[in-house]
Amino acid sequence: MSEAATTEHPTNTGISHNKLAMWVFLGSECLLFGALISTYLLYRNEFHTGPAPGDIFDIPFTSVSSFVLLMSSLTMVLALSALKRGDIRNNRLWLLTTALLGALFIGGQVYEFTSFVREGLGFTTSPFSSAFFTLTGFHGIHVSLGIVMLMSLLISSLRGNLKEKNSETVEIVGLYWHFVDVVWIFIFTVIYLVPNPTS
Amino acid sequence: MTDTAVETTRPIGVYTRPKGGGGWRDWVTTVDHKKIGILYGATALVFFVVGGCEALLIRLQLATPNGTILGADTYNQVFTMHGVTMIFLAAMPLAAAFGNYLIPLQIGARDVAFPRLNALSFWVFLAGAIFLNLSWVLGGAPDGGWFGYAPNSGIIYSPSVGMDFYAIGLQITGIASLVSAINLTVTILNMRAPGMTLFKMPVFTWMMLVVQLLLVFAMPVIAVALFLLIFSRQFGANFFNTEMGADPLLWQHLFWIFGHPEVYILILPSFGIISEVIPTFSRKPIFGYEFMVFSGIAIGFMGWGVWAHHMFASGIGPLSVAAFSLSTMFIAVPTGVKILNWLATMWGGKIKFTAAMLFAVGVISMFTIGGLSGVTHAMSPADTQQTDTYYVVAHFHYVIFGGIIFGLFSGFYFWWPKVFGHMLSEKLGKINFWVMLVGFNMTFGPMHTLGLQGMSRRIDTYSPGFGFELWNMVASIGSFIIATSVLIFVINVIVSAVKAKGQPHCGPDPWDARSLEWMTPNPTPEHNFDEVPVVESLDEFWHRKYGTDEEGRIVRVATAEEVCQDGSATGVHLPSPSYWPLVFSAGLPLVGLGLIFSLWLTIPGGIMMVGSLFAWVFEPVDDPDGPHGHHDDSEETATEEAPVV
Repeated sequence: MSEAATTEHPTNTGISHNKLAMWVFLGSECLLFGALISTYLLYRNEFHTGPAPGDIFDIPFTSVSSFVLLMSSLTMVLALSALKRGDIRNNRLWLLTTALLGALFIGGQVYEFTSFVREGLGFTTSPFSSAFFTLTGFHGIHVSLGIVMLMSLLISSLRGNLKEKNSETVEIVGLYWHFVDVVWIFIFTVIYLVPNPTS
Repeated sequence: MTDTAVETTRPIGVYTRPKGGGGWRDWVTTVDHKKIGILYGATALVFFVVGGCEALLIRLQLATPNGTILGADTYNQVFTMHGVTMIFLAAMPLAAAFGNYLIPLQIGARDVAFPRLNALSFWVFLAGAIFLNLSWVLGGAPDGGWFGYAPNSGIIYSPSVGMDFYAIGLQITGIASLVSAINLTVTILNMRAPGMTLFKMPVFTWMMLVVQLLLVFAMPVIAVALFLLIFSRQFGANFFNTEMGADPLLWQHLFWIFGHPEVYILILPSFGIISEVIPTFSRKPIFGYEFMVFSGIAIGFMGWGVWAHHMFASGIGPLSVAAFSLSTMFIAVPTGVKILNWLATMWGGKIKFTAAMLFAVGVISMFTIGGLSGVTHAMSPADTQQTDTYYVVAHFHYVIFGGIIFGLFSGFYFWWPKVFGHMLSEKLGKINFWVMLVGFNMTFGPMHTLGLQGMSRRIDTYSPGFGFELWNMVASIGSFIIATSVLIFVINVIVSAVKAKGQPHCGPDPWDARSLEWMTPNPTPEHNFDEVPVVESLDEFWHRKYGTDEEGRIVRVATAEEVCQDGSATGVHLPSPSYWPLVFSAGLPLVGLGLIFSLWLTIPGGIMMVGSLFAWVFEPVDDPDGPHGHHDDSEETATEEAPVV
């Protein structure tokens, strides 16, 4: 992931290559989710003969899982702050907690998807259903990749390779993780909180 | 494939990195930006010829009424692949070739920010290019146009696997573009030589920075569009299913939000190239450097606000049409600024018409014609008449061929000695230019008339008696003249290489050039600069050669040989080669084929990708035996004087 050969030199911007690359990548991700959210907004009323959004969403349930995901941003900050203090033990603890909270969110999404399918909302039911599963699915994949990154950090820490001087690596993974959380705030608002049509 | 010697000193638990053993192994494991640039250029030229042959097939079919050379179905595949190949597999990677080779040299860096990711970009691009062309033998090439409009691209109207290859293949080349864009953005922002502030960068590097940012923001949009298409075709999603209330215009919006910035992604590198060539051969600094840079940035921004001018005839409503009509006319302003600045650079200069300069002037004149016909499209009432006619084909070939291909050829003739250490024949180069100019205008000029006469695009044949015969024949003859000019270029490359064999390399500064890349010997040594130069002004290299006497006249103060480095530094720390970019890239088309034919194929593909990613991460950053000494006297200055932006 890191190309440390060149990062030991000072950079023009004062930001390391790795961190700047992550920022640029996240800029690109904004457009990815922007296009997916636009697609969803276009089709939120096109439920054809299938279930309508207003019939099927369980807002209290998704609010709880959203809360879980947002709390994982807090634990991510704690993980970074622990490592910056040189507190390897707490760093591992909070990395693990962050990954678990992320996994809990993904578990919630799996549960939500299966119950929707049981209630008759499949991927091919309507333009609405295709757009819904695509948007939330892409977000879920992003969270899952984040969990893989967190677990890699944790394994690397257990093998003794994640020290105070590597805290920027944790910071960069953190940037990604916070981005995915912020995107969820938009998705949650657009999909669940905006008043939804019923059939 | 690993047969590197096992090291006794290597750190435990990591893989060794390959060593350059010479020959092909050097090339497949290289992370050197110069070699990757050459790989990009060579591959893209091959696909340029492939796309050119497809164009010749089209012109053969249309040369006479009721043509029978291609059937309707094959015709659809050929014109689709012509567009896809020329845009994604020729023009974009050729720009990437120039960018990769020149950007680090122009900003005074030893390599790009992420050398292994750079290799990854190239191999992923090659994998995508091969994947797209595999469709010819695996069930039919894409047949829905390079724009792939829904619902025509759906499974009902395009039942062959062609559009699956299109959607997945472009997704793969898109990954390459995105990775490369992030890499070059970071390189330009972070790795400039001491003293080189953003506004001392050469115009080419500036234009490439704008292009990389356009790629960063445009590629995810086409990625989403292609995902929607793949999901619709493969998994029955309803994004473009009008029976269920879906809106096929969604595809057009997503595609053109990518597609119009893409137009500037294609043209700005060429603008950058000729902004280096014209000052050099006019013996004057570029006129209005800041205007040049800001108009490039302005084009980059405004390019996001004009996409619906591709959709004037699709019923988007009078308000949208009026708004996009206006914004399209506005974007002609920064483009016009550029053209005026090039002309003003030449004005009063001591112009030397080398082959590179001829092609650059070709860009100015031919692009202006294409730009003017573009303004006629901006007027929506006129556009309604022109939509889907050959007038549109004429317009975009004047900007893409006249603007981009001429610019890239200008770059070939200009930087050939930099890359290969010998010049291309100027005589053949000038013949190359004039033949291409004649062929180009003969091919695409008549298409304006054909379009206004009502000949529609994308038809595989036409009946006699509409007055199309003459101009189609002229265009077809012209296309073969273009092919001749490309052949002359290839002959030039071969003849010049043969002639240069055994001869000493050309001097470091054959053109009396202006920017930093010419401070290294020709061809560029592996480590680029012996010492990273400290930059004081725009056109740094030129200012080191020239000064003013007491009467204010410009006088030569140093010869090129005195200013240039001799490339003799040894032991410079360079990033080590790696296998994994290639292995990762080979996995991607397997996954693509798996999605189309049998999901089983995704397993080996996936294993290759995941495995090589892990190997990548655990591979030591450097070969432990490699040189670690920094023969770099300016390093201390580098720490102190790094410019803050």
